[in-house]
Amino acid sequence: MLITCPYCGPRDVIEFTYQGDGNRERPQPASQDLDAWNAYVYDRLNPAGDHNEIWQHSGGCRAHLRVVRNTITHEILSTAFARGGHKAEGRS
Amino acid sequence: MAEQQLPERQSPLEPDYHPGSHGNFEHGVDVILSETRPGSILQLAAWPGEEKRLIEIIRKVTGLTLPDGAGGGTSSGARAVFGFAPGKFTVVDEAEGLAAAFAGVITPAIGTLTDLSHGRTAIRIAGPKAEWVMAKFFAIDFALPAFPLGAGRSTNHHDIFAQIQRTGADQFDIYVFRSFARSFWKALCHASEEVGYEVQ
Repeated sequence: MLITCPYCGPRDVIEFTYQGDGNRERPQPASQDLDAWNAYVYDRLNPAGDHNEIWQHSGGCRAHLRVVRNTITHEILSTAFARGGHKAEGRS
Repeated sequence: MAEQQLPERQSPLEPDYHPGSHGNFEHGVDVILSETRPGSILQLAAWPGEEKRLIEIIRKVTGLTLPDGAGGGTSSGARAVFGFAPGKFTVVDEAEGLAAAFAGVITPAIGTLTDLSHGRTAIRIAGPKAEWVMAKFFAIDFALPAFPLGAGRSTNHHDIFAQIQRTGADQFDIYVFRSFARSFWKALCHASEEVGYEVQ
């Protein structure tokens, strides 16, 4: 599986670290909304298909990336720097 | 400012650094390995949006002009610079004291300066089979069109993080953590045995 880092180009997946589901929305730190915190910690879509994910190119430029990966075929549909804050194009 | 008396730096490779020809060299030496021992190895980082100002500072202090694009770099013999991550650059000088030259110029509004001169070891591999040996170590494209002269790459070999700069058509400079350098060096020597190598 190759992930194309926006800085380094195509690299083997072994250079990357999975940082979790990219659909999570962290509540404000002072929030007392237990449902929102519960959703943030436990609720996952677990789709069979395109999935928004956060990866870090930990064995290269160390940038955090927004990646859309197909969970059935492992095809990488898009990659972008996470810094922009935009959600990727997968199912959310 | 008074001249600082710095202690003499010892090489971490020393117990396993054996100048001479090794391996399968009956038909010629196809790679030359050496430690370049630069006096200054710096990491410069720009805050988002400040990259161009930092590149301009690097040009003023070192005289080296960074080309546009990810991983771009250049070298002049005594000095070298390359991008290794978004907004981050490695700057190397044969002489000590490059950090002092940058210290007053990189203001907190622009970015940061980290002196890694004692934290990294620089290993040079050169020769007609340098690409071949490097390709056994790192899963990146070392062909000249994909990895142009002066360019830098961040990657790793069995979890040993490495920054690589192409400083010649068949020459690469590899920067590894000092604490892993001897292990990396021994592995590089083993990998070079099949083509015949000389340690200078």
